[in-house]
Amino acid sequence: MAKTPEEHPVKAFGWAARDSSGVLSPFRFSRRENGDDDVTVKILYCGVCHSDLHAVKNEWGLTNYPIVPGHEIVGIVTKVGKQVQKFKVDDKVGVGVLVGSCKSCESCQQDLENYCPQMVFTYNSIDHDGTKTYGGYSDVIVIHQHFVLRFPDNLPSDAGAPLLCAGITVYSPMKYYGMTEPGKHLGVAGLGGLGHVAVKFGKAFGLKVTVISGSPSKEVEAINRLGADSFLVTSDPTKMKAAIGTMDFIIDTISAVHPLLPLLSLLKLNGRLVTVGLPDKPLELPIFPLVLGRRLIGGSDFGGIKETQEMLDFCAKNNITADIELIKIDEINTAMERLAKSDVRYRFVIDVGNSLSHP
Amino acid sequence: MTSIIKKSPEEQHRQKAFGWAARDASGVLSPFKFSRRATGDEDVTFKVLYCGICHSDLHNIKNEWGSSTYPLVPGHEIVGIVTEVGSKVQKFKVGDRVGVGCLVGACHSCDSCSQHLENYCPKMVLTYKSIDYDGNTTYGGYSDIMVVNEHYAIHFPENLPLDAGAPLLCAGITVYSPLKYYGLDKPGLHIGVVGLGGLGHVAVKFAKAFGVKVTVISTSPAKMSEAIQHLGADAFLVSRDPEQLQGAMGTMDGIIDTVSAFHPLMPLIGLLKSDGKLVMVGAPEKPLELAVFPLLAGRKTVAGSMIGGLKETQEMIDFAGKHNITADVEVIPMDYVNTAMERLVKADVRYRFVIDIANTLRAD
Repeated sequence: MAKTPEEHPVKAFGWAARDSSGVLSPFRFSRRENGDDDVTVKILYCGVCHSDLHAVKNEWGLTNYPIVPGHEIVGIVTKVGKQVQKFKVDDKVGVGVLVGSCKSCESCQQDLENYCPQMVFTYNSIDHDGTKTYGGYSDVIVIHQHFVLRFPDNLPSDAGAPLLCAGITVYSPMKYYGMTEPGKHLGVAGLGGLGHVAVKFGKAFGLKVTVISGSPSKEVEAINRLGADSFLVTSDPTKMKAAIGTMDFIIDTISAVHPLLPLLSLLKLNGRLVTVGLPDKPLELPIFPLVLGRRLIGGSDFGGIKETQEMLDFCAKNNITADIELIKIDEINTAMERLAKSDVRYRFVIDVGNSLSHP
Repeated sequence: MTSIIKKSPEEQHRQKAFGWAARDASGVLSPFKFSRRATGDEDVTFKVLYCGICHSDLHNIKNEWGSSTYPLVPGHEIVGIVTEVGSKVQKFKVGDRVGVGCLVGACHSCDSCSQHLENYCPKMVLTYKSIDYDGNTTYGGYSDIMVVNEHYAIHFPENLPLDAGAPLLCAGITVYSPLKYYGLDKPGLHIGVVGLGGLGHVAVKFAKAFGVKVTVISTSPAKMSEAIQHLGADAFLVSRDPEQLQGAMGTMDGIIDTVSAFHPLMPLIGLLKSDGKLVMVGAPEKPLELAVFPLLAGRKTVAGSMIGGLKETQEMIDFAGKHNITADVEVIPMDYVNTAMERLVKADVRYRFVIDIANTLRAD
């Protein structure tokens, strides 16, 4: 059991990857003392985000091992600091992708902590006290109250956990890029953790939704269970040709390198392609389709705290949760292998509360 | 089904025209006799006084986009004086100053046309190198007369000189339209202009008129003093100097990129602030590399724009008239055109050639 270089007073236990094989195993570490502005959360559930997979294998070259991933956390408050007003013990709360930011830059002042140049990620970051952050594949987390989300009572904690990253990651650009006008036509490229939630949001916004996918086998579920209006298989040239110039917007959730030209061609005049997936290599961007149809390609990176809360409340009102497969912590390595093959409908969630026990 | 027998140009009632055309992909231009349609009920006919040389003319005469048909008479920055109007024409009379840009026709029934965006109509007719609705090839402004539907004729303000104003009809609208559409026309914003040529120099002038701070981004350090002293740019960045680029990172609300040669996008994306927009108005043929991380990390966008619709072109010309904005031009005689094209390849012009048609285009 590795001793962490920083010794905090609160013992913690989780699973970490030690090297770029990405294999996770039990790991003892520690959390800071609950400060005046802090909230301590006993973790019940944590979603397995594709970013966790990229990170444990160091696919972006930014990983500082050992790494405890997990940024789709739902739990119960066990302690609050003196200055904490918004939360009390036993509240159900969520923690997403961020646990810190500078609070003074332009982005922070506009409630866009997710674009703060000094933001602190829930895992694999250096916190303001100089120590490393560890994520939600663990039993407890201590966070500044600003970064804690109130988790709606009527949302199931397990199926709601993925909203804290997958949910906000598609909700934020759908609002920012104007994809909320009823009657407009949205394409969702990629039907995984992000994609399936985008379909649900799209339908809740009153949009016509077409799923764009390389896997014909996903069609029946996309239409019957998720409520998509149609399904476009990218390897079918006739159908792709017929769909040219039919979509107002596309959310591109594909996390591998993929061609952009077929997607850009699906857009109408003034169409918007928003990419939220993070391939580890650059994409090729053809310029002619942008110029000829006044189209754009934009990026978006999860969302700020205020908007994340707004998204959770929207989900509570519209009964939107993720479709999940609940796993025990000791199944995480198998889950990661299946995730690499997109073999999950559509998010794994770790039942931390019931399966992660201190040795 | 009725069969339509297309009349040859010689059989149709036509008016004589004379210009210079390229005959093949060498791009060399030479005198060319042809004809235009008779002035129809909705047509405006005018004597061409000046025509700007757009970089697209160069691409087209050499068939660089693969769609050229010869003989090809280029020119879509055309100004002149009205000589005849059809019986239904309301907006123009003989003697009016008039301009024609890149378009002479569109379907008028699609979504784009109904939003005054004829430039995005799938059936638009270009001023040259297109097939018009009457089945004839269109010929552009390197010629003595033009006949155009009044919808496609632009009123030219009295105070705008015709020679220096001609390039606004393509270069002007091409940068004006995206500055407005992408919200880069608000006072106090900071934009970058990549490339200081025909499009770039007009972009600087429009942006300054909007009250926007402008940084010119160029590979040529030699252009700096002109950019600042003469065009009024606030700053100048040499794009091949990594230190200068580094110093300007995250400072721009938008960038208008006028360069159509292959060039890297990522340094430009780095110059944008959060929510910044990189707008491409030059169109490199080959795809450019896009690293997704930086796009996401600042919620940035890469967008395109292509000329503008007729309503907006008139708005742009009126704005230019109000603010005394014209292009910086080198007026040339018709028979200099091939040399001008060679110089244009090397970007050796400050910043647009304009052909003095009325005084130098002579039928033999």
